[in-house]
Amino acid sequence: MGSDENILEMRGITKVFPGVVANDNVDLDVRYGEVHTLLGENGAGKSTLVKILFGLYKADEGSILLRGQPIAVGSPSEAIASRIGMIHQHFMLVPTLTVAENVALGMTSSRRPFTDLDAVSRRVSEISEEHGLAVDPSVEVRRLAVGERQRVEIIKALYRDAELLVLDEPTAVLTPGEVDDLFVILRRMADAGRGLIFISHKLREVMSLSDRITVLRNGRVVGGTTPAQTSREELAQMMVGRTVRLTPEKPVLDDGPALLSVENLTVHGDRETVAVDDISFDVRSGEIFGIAGVSGNGQRELAEAIAGLRGVEPGSSIRLDGVDATGDDTRARRDRGLGFIPEERMRDGAIAEFTVSENLVLVDYGSDEFTSRGMLAFGAIGQHSRRLVDEFAVKTPGIDTPTSSLSGGNIQKVILARELSASPTVLLACQPTRGVDIGAAEYIHTRLIEQRSIGTATILISEDLDEVLGLADRIAVMYEGEIVAIVPAEEATRDKVGLLMAGVVDPAPQTNS
Amino acid sequence: MGDFFTLSVLVATAASAIRLATPYLLASLGETIGQRSGVLNLGVDGVMLLSAFFSYWTVLETGNLWLAVLVGLVTGLAVGVLYGVITVRLSATQGISGIGIFIFGLGLSDLLFRRQVGTPKPVRRLPNVDIPVLSDIPYLGEALFQRNLLTYLAFLLVPATALLLSRTTFGLNIRSVGENPQAADSLGVSVERTRFIAILMGNSMAGLAGAALVLQLGIFQPNLTQGLGFIAVALVYFGAWRPVGVMGGALLYGLVNATVLQWKALGIIPVSGSDLANMAPAVLTILALIVLARRVHAPAALTRPFTRH
Repeated sequence: MGSDENILEMRGITKVFPGVVANDNVDLDVRYGEVHTLLGENGAGKSTLVKILFGLYKADEGSILLRGQPIAVGSPSEAIASRIGMIHQHFMLVPTLTVAENVALGMTSSRRPFTDLDAVSRRVSEISEEHGLAVDPSVEVRRLAVGERQRVEIIKALYRDAELLVLDEPTAVLTPGEVDDLFVILRRMADAGRGLIFISHKLREVMSLSDRITVLRNGRVVGGTTPAQTSREELAQMMVGRTVRLTPEKPVLDDGPALLSVENLTVHGDRETVAVDDISFDVRSGEIFGIAGVSGNGQRELAEAIAGLRGVEPGSSIRLDGVDATGDDTRARRDRGLGFIPEERMRDGAIAEFTVSENLVLVDYGSDEFTSRGMLAFGAIGQHSRRLVDEFAVKTPGIDTPTSSLSGGNIQKVILARELSASPTVLLACQPTRGVDIGAAEYIHTRLIEQRSIGTATILISEDLDEVLGLADRIAVMYEGEIVAIVPAEEATRDKVGLLMAGVVDPAPQTNS
Repeated sequence: MGDFFTLSVLVATAASAIRLATPYLLASLGETIGQRSGVLNLGVDGVMLLSAFFSYWTVLETGNLWLAVLVGLVTGLAVGVLYGVITVRLSATQGISGIGIFIFGLGLSDLLFRRQVGTPKPVRRLPNVDIPVLSDIPYLGEALFQRNLLTYLAFLLVPATALLLSRTTFGLNIRSVGENPQAADSLGVSVERTRFIAILMGNSMAGLAGAALVLQLGIFQPNLTQGLGFIAVALVYFGAWRPVGVMGGALLYGLVNATVLQWKALGIIPVSGSDLANMAPAVLTILALIVLARRVHAPAALTRPFTRH
């Protein structure tokens, strides 16, 4: 029973923010015992809808029925009292508190005014055992790995006896293996009769976990379906509103000369520990060299070392186009043909308060083209900017618009335009499509492949395994600061690379005696 | 120098160190609560000046010391409401708002003193209260257990504040809104309410600190605190946001102050050097902060106004 009975009905939800209709007459049903996926691009209105459900926003119009009863959720505490749980995209944990304290936060205690942490810990252990969520209640959250923190979030919701659980992009920070574990737990929770709302834009995950799928685009529901009735391609099309090529096509190229050579590179992390441990590789002209790995295994430090933003240890060597660049600063490396698309686009890639035009000349503003007699040549800068905005299809009201008002995908296009217009021989692209719409991601991928065709040596650092598998000619997997394997694209499968990302190196071939 | 290392002088120095530490301790403990909730209050000195003046004026007019203590506390509470509205409700920048509160307190206490009192007149001081049995312990009893009630209260507030922060539900709320207000908000803890109450508690204690200062001295003059409230803020960093650490800082500060006073009285420090010696506590604080304060992390959301988005 129960599976065609609704735990939740949201009817005609409309929410308007200044200048944007975030939700436009949205309907959503969730049944007991099902995983209902909300699929959509960034800004499609998924988060807004569930924030309304959780009492973080107030809908302008529409009604919510929970277990058949109309409710008005005015605050998160009312949502929790109605047994709605939410796992937020960014962990809502206090790192300096223990697991038990994090779970107890916001709950009334049986021993007021004191917290009864012993009782909380006992209950946490029970929940852990019951649902296979191993975690020690007395440990401070800051000492936990990402996967464990996620478990704490789920325990928090279960502790509050949530019957309707919202998971806002819960897999963003997990390894493929951790995602599999999470899905087993989520499926079990649904089978026990809970209703789950799963928010994602990762099509593979949506296809594997969902019972039903509702697709949002520009704040409206554009369709509902089930995994059995649809395909990844069709879902992508519904999300974006046009045909999308999910796997980019790459022409076959001959091997070119090595344009970037990294030898015995050792780099220290922020806490003086070894972050990159004696690694060596070459990237050839016309090659995309993918670096896969779970966040925090030295990729960031590697990228910063290549870009010249982080010092390297003695014995390390970085050569650009055959010339030693180990001691060069960032400017000298750029002059040698290095282009850099940094991971933190708003911190390292662009200046949010600057205009689109200013960000487009952030590297070259001092060249003869853009500066004459110490004064910025606005005519030339404007012309250059307008050309790039057109060429790279940056959606912006104008070149003098503050960059911060653009969407993530368009900011990334600004950075891409700046870096590619300098005709790099070596391109270092870090998480180039993270948080970027499918449409923009498709465009960025196309441009990276174009660069490959004209002979650029590209290092693609990405936590998105599909992206690396789709674009790279060879894939290096980083684990704890080392490259544990370099796999040619033909031999790289999701499973193989996923295992390597978790530090599982192929066992030695079985020998029969 | 030999005169200093006699038992009676050392006991007197210790006693005076504890007395001098009292206003620092009260103010710092209050500031600790506020900062653990993510609110920096640089206006402590202004709060103390106002409460010191109103306490003083109350004794002057009524002769009632306990009414004066209450008035000091209520003054702190009132400024706390103002500061809470400015920083929590209106989300103003805490650093600048705190300096505003300081200047407001400095100016208003000065103005009221000149208009209502004019020239400094001495008033009754807080009497020392001997604690039965304990005060009879040789030397130690004299130094520790023959103090005034506000001093006892200040030191009792150390374990009370520690308990509040580490063991109570409200303390958990305070710590979480100071570290990750978004997380607290997502669990139905009102960040606004928690911070507002923390500010009220902190400012009430700053109010008591002002009362303790003036009622231990028995006299008021413009800018009586001479930056004492700012030192109290520094002591929170010194004490790594922990009540016991803050107490250590307040005692150290009281001890250096008391020693300088004693040495001046004994002629160990020449009169010509006394201005320099007066700087000793401040120099010491700065040195201690440089050495100690690096190892600990401030509450992650300190000074950050909270907004949902």
